[in-house]
Amino acid sequence: MDALLLQILNGLDKGSAYALIALGLTLIFGTLGVVNFAHGALFMIGAFVAVTLQRVLSLSFETIDPTQKDFLGNPLKVKTPYVESWFGPETGGLIIDWAVPLAILFAIPIMIAVGFIMERGLIKYFYKRPHADQILVTFGLAIVLQEVVKYFYGANPIQTPAPDALNGVANVGAAFGMDIVYPVWRIVYFFFSVIIIAAIFSFLRFTTFGMVVRAGMADRETVGLLGINIDRRFTIMFGVASAVAGLAGVMYTPINPPNYHMGMDFLVLSFVVVVVGGMGSLPGAVLAGFLLGILESFASTTWATTTLPGINQIIIYLVAIAVLLTRPRGLMGLKGVMED
Amino acid sequence: MFGLDKRDTGVLIIVALLALFAPIILNPFPTDSAMAQFNAGYPDLMQKFVIFGIFAIGFNILFGLTGYLSFGHAAFLGIGSYSCVWMFKLLGYNVIPGIFLSILISGLFALLIGFVSLRRSGIYFSILTLAFAQMCFALAYSVLSNPRFNLTNGETGLQVYANDPQWFHRDGLPDLPHLFGLSMRATQKIQVGAWEFQFNAGYYLCALIMLVCFYLAIRIFRSPFGMMLRAVKSNQQRMNYTGLNSRPYTLAAFVISGMYAGLAGGLLSAVDPLAGAERMQWTASGEVVLMTILGGAGTLIGPVLGAGFIKYFENIFSKINDNVLHSWFAFLPDGMEDFMVFIIHPFIGKGWHLTLGILFMLVVIYLPGGLVEGGQRIQGWFRKRGTKTEAKAGKTEPAE
Amino acid sequence: MGILEVKNVGKRFGGLQALSDVNLSVKENTVHAIIGPNGAGKSTLLNCLVGKLIPDTGSVMFDGQSVLGRAPYEINQMGISRVFQTPEIFGDLTVLENMMIPCFAKRDGSFMLNAMPMVSNQKEVLERAEFMLEEMNMADKRHMHSASLSRGDKRRLEIGMCLSQEPRLLLLDEPTAGMARADTNNTIDLLKEIAAERDITIAIIEHDMHVVFSLADRITVLAQGTPLVEDDPENIRGNPKVREAYLGETA
Repeated sequence: MDALLLQILNGLDKGSAYALIALGLTLIFGTLGVVNFAHGALFMIGAFVAVTLQRVLSLSFETIDPTQKDFLGNPLKVKTPYVESWFGPETGGLIIDWAVPLAILFAIPIMIAVGFIMERGLIKYFYKRPHADQILVTFGLAIVLQEVVKYFYGANPIQTPAPDALNGVANVGAAFGMDIVYPVWRIVYFFFSVIIIAAIFSFLRFTTFGMVVRAGMADRETVGLLGINIDRRFTIMFGVASAVAGLAGVMYTPINPPNYHMGMDFLVLSFVVVVVGGMGSLPGAVLAGFLLGILESFASTTWATTTLPGINQIIIYLVAIAVLLTRPRGLMGLKGVMED
Repeated sequence: MFGLDKRDTGVLIIVALLALFAPIILNPFPTDSAMAQFNAGYPDLMQKFVIFGIFAIGFNILFGLTGYLSFGHAAFLGIGSYSCVWMFKLLGYNVIPGIFLSILISGLFALLIGFVSLRRSGIYFSILTLAFAQMCFALAYSVLSNPRFNLTNGETGLQVYANDPQWFHRDGLPDLPHLFGLSMRATQKIQVGAWEFQFNAGYYLCALIMLVCFYLAIRIFRSPFGMMLRAVKSNQQRMNYTGLNSRPYTLAAFVISGMYAGLAGGLLSAVDPLAGAERMQWTASGEVVLMTILGGAGTLIGPVLGAGFIKYFENIFSKINDNVLHSWFAFLPDGMEDFMVFIIHPFIGKGWHLTLGILFMLVVIYLPGGLVEGGQRIQGWFRKRGTKTEAKAGKTEPAE
Repeated sequence: MGILEVKNVGKRFGGLQALSDVNLSVKENTVHAIIGPNGAGKSTLLNCLVGKLIPDTGSVMFDGQSVLGRAPYEINQMGISRVFQTPEIFGDLTVLENMMIPCFAKRDGSFMLNAMPMVSNQKEVLERAEFMLEEMNMADKRHMHSASLSRGDKRRLEIGMCLSQEPRLLLLDEPTAGMARADTNNTIDLLKEIAAERDITIAIIEHDMHVVFSLADRITVLAQGTPLVEDDPENIRGNPKVREAYLGETA
């Protein structure tokens, strides 16, 4: 029982990432009718916002400490981060330690800006072009973005730890009389994702803006005829979707050290998630994201990998194929919606 | 000739001549000159030209004719490579069985993957093929390389070891891929003045196969079957209401192009007996899409051009380093020189993928019809200018 | 016994009963028009006949065989050709190629892997296509891109493509919708000619009364998903129920 729950928990963090990326993909596809192969790159950019912030905060100057000597007998050079010199060692240290959560604040405006630039600068010109062209141009963009990141940050994964306070493990089962030890940050990640998902859904549900967007997803032309400036709203939607992907990336950094190709790795699986959930269905994307994340976690257990080596790497695809063969519209896809 | 009309025969002959004289045409610069680095007439690169030409020709049969954009064709390339190396391991280094098996196995995989993927069209199809290819990559990279069942040899790549059976291997046969004793590495070097030309057996085998593939592609393009494929792209609804079942047509196209890809993979192994999983990655699938589009999807010659173009610049860009750049811009003032090198640096050497991505975007945005369309545009532009000057000349005559 | 027998067909979309208890019999070698106000279920009925929709109840028999559950291409191979409301042709292909495709479908069936023989060697198909273009008075446009044809010509081509298959039943879905008067009259003449000269049954769905009364031998009036009356054109004209159905719409 405990082991079962542990596997479910293990699947939640990856599932959250899938769900968040798939949510953005579905939003963009539903509203703009564009398949965005560069969406994974947004996730990756978000992660590198966190990396960058951590590096910026750690920028240091060197001072010579005459009281200490290094092993050669020279005066010891001591690096002091600027932040610590400004705010005092304690507050400064705390700020550096909390770089990843702090990056959220920076990531939101940066990602929205990136989304705007992407939509206004490129995607806009592709609304009327065939889907193949949209796929290809965003695919090219994804390559460019990841190569640029590779150029500046190198090809190796970059360790970006979570704040010390959230870096340990906790016995989450204690309250229920069970023994489930689990990393704190992953729990944080899960709740963070749930909050974002809830925010997106309530935003679409309860605001006028959201209603227009939902109407637009159902029937773009009609809403356009109502005289509502739907294009501008869609631009904003693109910004929101890229912010969601970016935040998912920021918070994911402590779980998996980011590298330049993480975006594409997640993108392919997120596409599968969207297809399994049902293209154009937001709840479907979230549900499928978590389901497939948990499934992957179960397939990664030692029992599964010894019985069927490598099953964890292909389970998602196998399930996707099975779903598509039996329910071509996906789990929650609607008839007639986005049926190509 | 061969049942082709005049124009197609002309194209075929031009391609044949280019392939035949490629070692000379592609080596325009003397061996010791500074420009020699731009030569492309050495076996390694020429083999790549024709092998990826085959890959792109096959991809074009699917994408160019039916409009179904597969993002997973690299999977078939990899499957072909593995099949061929397995034949080397089991039977011996003769390339013929390997090439046949690579076509066969990749065709079977294409049938399976196509059967599932073609249940959907448009973006679904692209995503499904991408997912399948990633799955094949995962299978090759780790799943099928465990100690109990090692089919792909994982990260190291599949290669021939001394203790492999090689049933038909005899003393006297080369210990490398060969065609009935003729080693694929056999190269005849001919020195003509300052030039050195290399005529390589592996290249000529691949080029011959490429020509056969190109010829078959022309036949398919001009056949009733090819017309049906274009009808699929044009209007599937009308097609179905005209009593035609579009699915077997698209499936056939998918399998044919998968077999082309498998053949290309088999040849890659035939000239270099090592198969690795990285050949199946999505970047490789993207590359063949780019070759086809850059050359001109749906045109006959386009994919071959695109493949040559990409492989050539990949090679050149990867070779250039900062020293070369400095020597180029040496004529500029020091500051300017460094600045230019700094600007260009990210795009060369290991930055080739960045250049590729930018190229990808530029082609899709500005030249969706590819080089062939670009050529036609330039031609049309000249023609227009020609008529304009004629019109100007004739202006003195009274109108009407 | 008609060539097309529709019995008790019903179709429901969610809460909307689009068709209920539709009975229809189309006699061989007649022009049968199905008319009705907007939303009467004309298009739904048509889609049930060609395999795009499957009715919830009832049966559709063509020449003694059920069409239900068959794919559109199978139904077409049985001998039913369909002309769409907006002309559906192969826009990327030339006029001649457009005409050849149905000829191939007629000769080779729904699928044939003839990848090696060249199109230019397919004499019988080529001749048949050229012949049909002559018939349609489009021979001079044979090498044009069909997407660049005028709307009237596209319609003409589409009808020609359907006829080249020698269908037993030709279904027309508002063939003159959105056409200028002259084009409409041309189309009427063309259809009259076809009906007179060929051994063919025509079922036509139409909104335009002028078209209906110039062509139809028999008319079924559909209202709210169910047939109101079926009669000869003269009787339909004076039928108070029909007037009501149409007036009810305009009022």
